[in-house]
Amino acid sequence: MNDMTLPAELSAADYKSDYKPIWCPGCGDYTVLGAITKAMSILQRPPHEMAVVSGIGCSSRIPAYTTCYGFHGVHGRALAAGTGLKVARPDLTVIVTGGDGDGYSIGGNHFLHACRRNVDMTYIVMDNHVYGMTKGQASPTTEPDWDNKLSPGGTGVRAFHPLVIALASGANFVARAFSGDPNGTAEIIAQAVRHPGFSFIEILSPCVTFRPEQREWKNLVHKATVEATDDPAQAARRIMTDDGFNLGVLYAGSRPPYARARDTGASLADLEAEFVL
Amino acid sequence: MQPPPPSTTPSQGAGAARTFSVAIAGSGGAGVMTAGSLLLDAAAHAGLYGLMVRTSGPQIRGGEAGALLRFGPEPLTTLDDRFDLLLAIDWQNLHRFADEIPLGPDSLVVGDADAGEAPDVFRAQGARLHMLPLKKAAKDAGGAWVNMIALGFAGALAGIPDSDLEAALRKSWTRGEATLAVNLAGMQRGIAYARDVQGAHAAPLRPPGAAPAGRWLISGNEAAGCGAIRAGVRFVAAYPITPATELLEWMAPALARVGGTLLQAEDELASVNMIIGASYGGVPSLTATAGPGLALMAEAIGLSVSAEVPIVVVDVMRGGPSTGIPAKSEQSDLSFAVDGLPGDAPRLVLAPTDIGDCLQTTEWAVQLAEALQAPAIVLSDQFMGQSRAVIDRPQHEVKPAQRLVAEANTPNYLRYRDTPSGISPMAVPGTPGNVYTADGLTHTERGIPSSQAGDHRKQLDKRERKLALYDYGSRWADVEGSGELAVITFGSTTGAVREALARAAAHGVRIKLVALRLIAPLQEAALAQALEGVRQVLVVEQNHGGQLLRYLRSRFDLPGRPSGLHQPGPLPLRPGELCDAFVDWAATHQPQEETA
Amino acid sequence: MSKTTAPHELHSVPQTTDELMQQALAMEREAVARYNELADIMEVHNNHEVAELFRKMAVIEGHHVSGILSEMGWAEDMVAPRQPGVWASADAPESVPLDEMHYLMHPWHALQLALGAEQRAEAFFESMAQAATNDAVREAALEMRDEEAEHVALIQEWLARTPQPDPEWAVDPDPPRYTD
Repeated sequence: MNDMTLPAELSAADYKSDYKPIWCPGCGDYTVLGAITKAMSILQRPPHEMAVVSGIGCSSRIPAYTTCYGFHGVHGRALAAGTGLKVARPDLTVIVTGGDGDGYSIGGNHFLHACRRNVDMTYIVMDNHVYGMTKGQASPTTEPDWDNKLSPGGTGVRAFHPLVIALASGANFVARAFSGDPNGTAEIIAQAVRHPGFSFIEILSPCVTFRPEQREWKNLVHKATVEATDDPAQAARRIMTDDGFNLGVLYAGSRPPYARARDTGASLADLEAEFVL
Repeated sequence: MQPPPPSTTPSQGAGAARTFSVAIAGSGGAGVMTAGSLLLDAAAHAGLYGLMVRTSGPQIRGGEAGALLRFGPEPLTTLDDRFDLLLAIDWQNLHRFADEIPLGPDSLVVGDADAGEAPDVFRAQGARLHMLPLKKAAKDAGGAWVNMIALGFAGALAGIPDSDLEAALRKSWTRGEATLAVNLAGMQRGIAYARDVQGAHAAPLRPPGAAPAGRWLISGNEAAGCGAIRAGVRFVAAYPITPATELLEWMAPALARVGGTLLQAEDELASVNMIIGASYGGVPSLTATAGPGLALMAEAIGLSVSAEVPIVVVDVMRGGPSTGIPAKSEQSDLSFAVDGLPGDAPRLVLAPTDIGDCLQTTEWAVQLAEALQAPAIVLSDQFMGQSRAVIDRPQHEVKPAQRLVAEANTPNYLRYRDTPSGISPMAVPGTPGNVYTADGLTHTERGIPSSQAGDHRKQLDKRERKLALYDYGSRWADVEGSGELAVITFGSTTGAVREALARAAAHGVRIKLVALRLIAPLQEAALAQALEGVRQVLVVEQNHGGQLLRYLRSRFDLPGRPSGLHQPGPLPLRPGELCDAFVDWAATHQPQEETA
Repeated sequence: MSKTTAPHELHSVPQTTDELMQQALAMEREAVARYNELADIMEVHNNHEVAELFRKMAVIEGHHVSGILSEMGWAEDMVAPRQPGVWASADAPESVPLDEMHYLMHPWHALQLALGAEQRAEAFFESMAQAATNDAVREAALEMRDEEAEHVALIQEWLARTPQPDPEWAVDPDPPRYTD
């Protein structure tokens, strides 16, 4: 793919780099990577016109595993970096990825404000209810009674509900997916990217090393039985009362995406005129 | 004929104590870390000192890994120049560690006869190769784990008694008698192989046979946590980060047992501000992090300075800058620790010199922070933090930190009173009569925000004075030896430097050592005294920019033309290369030489 | 390790043999890619025995791909993407699911997974045959089903020659390491 003309159709394989992931075998992130590249092949945007931005953690390793431009930033700040990139370069497709620790703990503040700001980009969180890279501490989506070394007996603190927070903060597209359903996930990702404004997808992605019991998830997930709504109140009710394993697009709103009016007519002399005596 | 360079004199020559170095390596379920830990445990119980360093590939499970150990009759704070034994259960990707497992003509490399050839890089160093049917032997022993063969072999070759090896295995076993018997058999097979190799030669080590009372087996991270609790820390806010997480994980249950609390925070901004809150409430508080986390904590450390609320931040340094090399050691946060805050913000910076010292120095940091009502940064590092060693238990009396606290209803109480010592009594919430508001804003003596020149100057002087006038005693550094040349260092390089200097001394090269423990405020008078008669100094450190050298030169008139030996991570500085460098350096500065 | 899953639900049925064979081709190609991916994963985790086995499977599936191409007279770069809705399941029938991996798995496990994949493929063509609306498609589907049945038999034979791992195969005395 080094010549000037691109092939007629890009396959998922064209979006995957040669770099071999270091995730534990069995990790849900492998299928998420497959779903992301599959979604990209549905969208058919050349990889060099897309950017994948991430923070720190197992899930944040994804950028280098794609053939898109990648930015592997610092812990929790992926949304900030992605926002800067998209606002400065609205012509690019920007996808932000990371895990639940990176995104909801240290990244929590940026998460709120990215939803508010509604910049046209897609945020994919691979949620495994644990900090994998640092060997198994509770994350904001971990159950309060999950025993671990840093919080023996569990944190005792209620788990975070990212979809509700996203909705309440103004995200324009809210969905839940599961790594064990690569096709469904790929479809949702493609939809999310196409949907204007800030699109948020929570992908349940089991951690085989620190949460092996999450293998059960494949028996707990189920597709949402109703269509996505564009009524935030209705979506809020649904999401707040679901069992956490309801898959699909749960909210697709019509807020106009972030835009700043830019009038490019002024010259430097125009600007400096105010100082002239 | 020239005598061989001092660095290549094996550590067992010239009166130095003989040590034995073993590397056990393998991948995917081989259990090399377990074997290494058991070996260390056995050696410790046999009365030896030991040190174990771990290294591994980027995979979370199944990756290539190495347990790097050293044993001897005296406390060990550095790895040797070469390994006497490399036992590879398999060769998967081991060449990636070749830098960390240096070998020589006297080394023995043992591999599995059925696992293919040893990679060139290991064979090229002149070591003897010896192939054993490791996997097969494990199977023949009734299905033992292969690492048991490794344990037996390495232990017996080193001279660790069979009984201690067996005891270590028994103690650790949680999986039933039948499997224990099988694995003991595997271990015995390994011992038998070692006897074959050893033949009539005596084992290199002669352990006393039992651990004398008063020794501990501990990691640097655990030691730091323990030191903090000794000094009275009862509140910790934690955010996981490699390589500091284990310090926090050790403290979580430990604190609870002594009535303290550890709270997991959402990020480092939260954890540092939480400990400031707790300390404002009168409870000695601490957090632990690494470079990226320390950077996030900077603003709050400034708040601790300005509001005079004591905190301790342990920075377990790793490869930098930015995300850097998270699982490897480096000493590159020093500049940031001593200078990296906006405003004029004097603070305490300490650095333990080895694993055992992580306890004393963290303890001291808490005591100083509390006494001086200031933040203290403890510069530990990944090498000390995540390695385990046999140490002499701390001998000193446990003295919890003492904060100067205002008595109830102090007449005309001024929180930030401009006292001669610079330390003003702190009112603890709940104490009647002394209500005040702590503030990061510049303030009057009463604590009311002020932009007046006089107030600002007064508080800046006060905070500088309180650190400058304090009597830190003799622990600010280890000053050893004599001569007109001196090496200055800090942190984990101290061990390698010390050993290198001992080797150089054995060849008639006399160099003084100053291993700093209190880095800021710099003890200028004491340093001047330590360097009396010294004409040239060499500053040794594990970072790219020579951060300690730059710091010393900016604060102090070092004699002669100070030079630096600085090398970034991830590889440790070793005694042999240091000794060579010291000897060369000494040769260019013969006594009585007139400086240009 | 999971048991074989139920036959895949069909949403739309191919109307011509060409359409059917395009789906078969897509499935085989995905199987090749998946086996190679699994081999890569095992290699990174130093499990060379299983990596080699997965590579072998990729080659075998590659033969099936060339078989279909030559039978249909199609060129190698023939584009035959999987049609949405042909199978409604999570993953392609003949692809071993990624979440069934374990870094310490034995060849026996890998063969069990491959067996499951072939059985799902067989079941898939069976259900295609049953849902077919014309004879040509039905016959072609049955032919494919029988071929997959052969593959199933081959793998069962291979399994019979492969030693079963001992019950402690997943035990690793060392804890996970952290690297970031």
